Amino acid sequence: MGLDKIWVFGETNGDAVATITLEMLAKARELADTVEVFMAGDGDDHSEELGEHGADTVYATGDLDGVMQGVAVASALAAIADSDGPDAYLLGTTQDGRDVAGRLAVKLDTPVITNVVDLELDGDHLVGSEPVFGGTTDVKTKNTSGKPGIFLVRPKSFVAEGIGGAEADVEDLDVPDLGATGTARITDTFAEESDGPKLDEANIVVSGGRGLGEADAYSMIAELAKLVGGAPGASRAIVDAGWVPYSYQVGQTGKVVKPDVYIACGISGATQHLVGMKGSKNIIAINKDSEAPIFSIADLGIVGDVHKVLPKLIEALGNR
Amino acid sequence: MKVVVCVKQIPDPADPGQLDPETKTLKRDSKLILDESDSYGVEMALQLVDAAGDGEVHLVSMVPNNEVSGIRTALAMGAASATIVSDEALQGSDALGTAKVLAAAISRQEPDLILAATESSDGYTGTVPEMVAELMGLPSVTFAKSISIDGSSANVRRQTEAGYDQVECPLPALVSVTAGVVEPRYPSFKGIMAAKNKPVAELSIGDLGVDGDQVGWAGAGQEIVDIAQAPAREAGEVIEDEGDAHERIVAFLDDLKVL
Repeated sequence: MGLDKIWVFGETNGDAVATITLEMLAKARELADTVEVFMAGDGDDHSEELGEHGADTVYATGDLDGVMQGVAVASALAAIADSDGPDAYLLGTTQDGRDVAGRLAVKLDTPVITNVVDLELDGDHLVGSEPVFGGTTDVKTKNTSGKPGIFLVRPKSFVAEGIGGAEADVEDLDVPDLGATGTARITDTFAEESDGPKLDEANIVVSGGRGLGEADAYSMIAELAKLVGGAPGASRAIVDAGWVPYSYQVGQTGKVVKPDVYIACGISGATQHLVGMKGSKNIIAINKDSEAPIFSIADLGIVGDVHKVLPKLIEALGNR
Repeated sequence: MKVVVCVKQIPDPADPGQLDPETKTLKRDSKLILDESDSYGVEMALQLVDAAGDGEVHLVSMVPNNEVSGIRTALAMGAASATIVSDEALQGSDALGTAKVLAAAISRQEPDLILAATESSDGYTGTVPEMVAELMGLPSVTFAKSISIDGSSANVRRQTEAGYDQVECPLPALVSVTAGVVEPRYPSFKGIMAAKNKPVAELSIGDLGVDGDQVGWAGAGQEIVDIAQAPAREAGEVIEDEGDAHERIVAFLDDLKVL
């Protein structure tokens, strides 16, 4: 039982397939007989890894010459939706995933079910689960349009797992003439340098918030993260304030992290932040305000001043 | 230059919302405020019009019950005028239905540039801006960190997972703006007084020529089949720092054998 065919949006991270893509492939295998990947760029570079994770075929556009992925991929999918299209499209909640989903929804006149953290079958219908109100309420949503559903899946919802599948076949995904919609062009690409483990892959995440008081105090977060072999993170408040780049942000509008240990320093625990880290296995919180919401989900809560606790913690760990 | 900014009024995040179990829509009986995410788009639009030397900022919003309190905030910041679309048939609209209404209302303004937040703070589907662009047949750049206008095109820094892309996009176009990229101005007293008399056009979906089957519950094409309380995470031990809390943290980490 299950769907005949699910298509998963393939994204890459440098030379490797993005983790979110592999996570969705693992779930898609449970739900459908055939799982295929559609992607921008060169499929041959990734057909082995995608095949290993259960994709039978990779439909790839080839080099887009700077055209935005969203409009190009959505237009290509819409062109073949009636002839070869799947029963459902799964895309990651990423910049390009959301662009493709938005454009495709209009072209197919079918809804997008967003912020999905789980998927299940109800007969021939795919039902998505989404947390709302900062994760206090779970909602299940079914596509009733009679057309293939589009699901935007949040990272870390499923566990990526290779199954030793054979290299995927690679097919062309032809991009039709995009007219005015295709006129935005990427002229240059910049990467922000960072060392140490990536925020969404680290076993330990140390995050700082407003309670640090000033931008310079973030150096304590960076140092502690380095000492424990973890990654530094941040609340939206201090990203908005310009203390650290957006790539550090944990939360609804930033990264979703599920490390073994999450250490929240000077973070009160706005729902926006909790959504991004409440799946952590263990949570340590340090905050001056004993009423801070973060303490309601912390395994170890320290009511105290981060400016006093962190230097001692750094010294103690540094001496080991 | 004419810039349209899509704005949304949401329940105060300090007073979190609830889903009505009967209608499965968000209860919107408390006072609505301008979504903070939208204040960045409004600010950026005002700055771009300033830089261009002429033009104006127009707001477009889909609202329940002709509610305008949040719209007045954006007008007080400096937007010149607004269009609100309020219609009982819109209740239950999903992102696609919302985008159809916004696209129809925006088209009437014939803007050079459309700005929107990347996502609202209450619904956060993050798909409406791209849908509006597609419905209007326009190019788009989402997740903008900065925008500058150079003649007939926009130069945009687009946030990516790894850093950012520099994107060049001819106008007219839609750009969605990430939170925190500019410092939204506080409305001045003068601005607040002036906002009371700025024109706000109220339209129904009939005025826009949008079919009632395309919006609201009828047009949503999706159905909430279950609403449940999420399993709560248990609070653990909370201690006051007496100068030795760092030892407790080290012991906690040692127990987990993660160091």
